[in-house]
Amino acid sequence: MSATFTFTIDGKEIKGQPGQTIMEAAEAAGVYIPRLCYSKDLRPHGSCRVCTCMVNGRPQAACTQPAAEGMVVENNTDELQAIRRDLVEMLFVEGNHFCPFCEKSGNCELQAMAYRLGITAPKFPYLWPDRSVDASHPEVFIDRNRCILCGRCVNASKDADGKNVFQFVGRGEHKRVAVNAEANLADTDLKGTDRAVAVCPVGAILVKHKGYATPVGRRSYDQKPIGSEIESKRK
Amino acid sequence: MVTNASTTAGTRKITIEPVTRVEGHGKVTLHLDEKNNVSQARLHIVEFRGFERFIQGRPYWEVPVIVQRLCGICPVSHHLAAAKAMDRIVGGENLTPTAEKMRRLMHYGQMFQSHALHFFHLVSPDLLFGFDADPAVRNVIGVAAKFPDLAVQGVMMRKFGQEIIKATAGKKIHGTGAIPGGVNKNLSVQERDFFLKDMEQMLAWARSALSIAKDYTAEHLAELKDFGSFESNHLSLVRKDGAMDLYHGVLRAVDAKGERVLNDVDYQEYAKHIAEEVRDWSYMKFPFMKSVGPEKGWYRVGPLARLNTADFIDTPEAEAARKEFKAVTGGKPNNITMAYHWARMIECLHSAEKINDLLHDKDLQGTDLVTKGERREEAVGLIEAPRGTLFHHYRVNKQDQVTMANLIVSTTNNNEPMNRAVQKVAQDCISGKPEVTEGLLNRIEVAIRAYDPCLSCATHAMGRMPLDVEIHDCEGKVVDRRQRD
Ligand code: SF4
Ligand code: FES
Repeated sequence: MSATFTFTIDGKEIKGQPGQTIMEAAEAAGVYIPRLCYSKDLRPHGSCRVCTCMVNGRPQAACTQPAAEGMVVENNTDELQAIRRDLVEMLFVEGNHFCPFCEKSGNCELQAMAYRLGITAPKFPYLWPDRSVDASHPEVFIDRNRCILCGRCVNASKDADGKNVFQFVGRGEHKRVAVNAEANLADTDLKGTDRAVAVCPVGAILVKHKGYATPVGRRSYDQKPIGSEIESKRK
Repeated sequence: MVTNASTTAGTRKITIEPVTRVEGHGKVTLHLDEKNNVSQARLHIVEFRGFERFIQGRPYWEVPVIVQRLCGICPVSHHLAAAKAMDRIVGGENLTPTAEKMRRLMHYGQMFQSHALHFFHLVSPDLLFGFDADPAVRNVIGVAAKFPDLAVQGVMMRKFGQEIIKATAGKKIHGTGAIPGGVNKNLSVQERDFFLKDMEQMLAWARSALSIAKDYTAEHLAELKDFGSFESNHLSLVRKDGAMDLYHGVLRAVDAKGERVLNDVDYQEYAKHIAEEVRDWSYMKFPFMKSVGPEKGWYRVGPLARLNTADFIDTPEAEAARKEFKAVTGGKPNNITMAYHWARMIECLHSAEKINDLLHDKDLQGTDLVTKGERREEAVGLIEAPRGTLFHHYRVNKQDQVTMANLIVSTTNNNEPMNRAVQKVAQDCISGKPEVTEGLLNRIEVAIRAYDPCLSCATHAMGRMPLDVEIHDCEGKVVDRRQRD
């Protein structure tokens, strides 16, 4: 193993290895940096900016920024948490998120992040966009109303599944996840067991017929906030 | 989601938030002839049906959870009615014993708390203080001051029922417990024991609430007999053997004399037997039995109807109470509007007995929770909600999306009966007297409230529904108006 180096996050000394991002080094040390688009084992997409930290005094996305010797990283500060809150609130109002009846509730990273950051009701106006669903596939349902454009499905399909089922089309507020097929999802070689399906952080790509099989109380984030699985690794 | 619905009458504009509220305001119009006699009395309820459109295209397994947004008052009934329809969609209508019993426990918990809330918070002020009592006293605060034990009982019974809902559905409101073909959890031994420790107390309070309702009705029978009363058909589910069954069964209707109008038919075919009439003055439809026609085919639903349709009740204490109830009308159907309260408290005790039986049933700790079979594309789910029969009807395409939904809620089923009750009270109490006093207003309210309609105003625990009463003279001019909100 190559030589390690040290840097600090919120004053705590963290050991880094060459090639690690700040996110990876932090995670290995049991320090949680809030994130939405980043998913372990996938190429970072760097789009949501929820992981923004102050690195040597400048804002950087922790999921893409390589860690380096002597770096001074600020993560859990009031100012950064406020920025994260705004970013997450914007994601809520940009889509149509009805947590009370969404089957992803309790397992949804967006919802869990909102809880962790203490968001109750967004202060921005809802945009109520008109977005489509795709129910054509026998095993998988796409509900674009809930998509946060994290890019996980796009990368997972390419890198993990070797399929290239998803891609982004459009720009700005018209950007959306499309499928690489004549018409719709049923025309792709996607399987319900693909990584691309499992990695969606919200209820936008769902395995059909599962619904609410897990009772309230036993879902991923019912008992502990998101990130606590990482923080519990801290010695 | 926010929708604006303006009335064609142009008198008011109503803003409805369909995700949170469906049925809103109660409005009564009274028309007088030259002699100041009531020529027409109508109850207008704003019913929101946008939901049926809202769920178009949604996957079917979402429906039992979404549909609870329709109603903040009895979401569990909608949850279960939709789940029953979706059971059939996945071919899983023959539930495992654990699943059926968990669903029943949830339902009886809901029935128990809803009936207790209605009786203690909304009805008891009228019964304990009288219809004409000072409204400043005639409310739940007044009850709490004068009869503190009763007020506490009401709160505790409601809490008990809500805890049962939480243990079966996952949350007190808008849970996820019933899923297509079954349930997502069983009842742990700890959960069971938590309820068992309070069970005797709940049974005792249900008995005492029943005796308050019974004694009151018996004592005041002479005056209550005609109050807002009229002859009607009565409709509900009954178990195949004729027992009262609040969760499942076949559709039965009897007429005012007790003759069968609907003879235990399969509710999958409800549309063959029941149609909904549209009247130009009302947003809420008027259901009726096709074999009898719109004129005479309307019916009542809810506790009174269920006492009239069932041959017996399968729990001993409620059955004994049913016999006493039937004795008042010599075994014939009871058509007294104010007898709803007595019937409701019989059901409250029945629900408590059922909960007690279920808690002693080991099937609730079973682990076989879901079944499936041959997929269907159309299904109907019916349940006896606290306020009466609730119909859910769906079509689902091959891609698992809902393409059609039709709901007939209890309050819609009782639309014509509530109108009749208002007419009766108006004719008996104000014909010849153009001034609307507070006492009259309350009498109209008392008659409507007997049906426990699912108006947001019916939940007003302060004993005053936001009610708008307009009196028109023979030329249609508004001569008097009383509003409360
Ligand atoms: S569908 Fe899911 S995984 Fe794909 S971009 Fe949208 S939120 Fe991310
Ligand atoms: S997690 Fe780093 S930008 Fe989204």
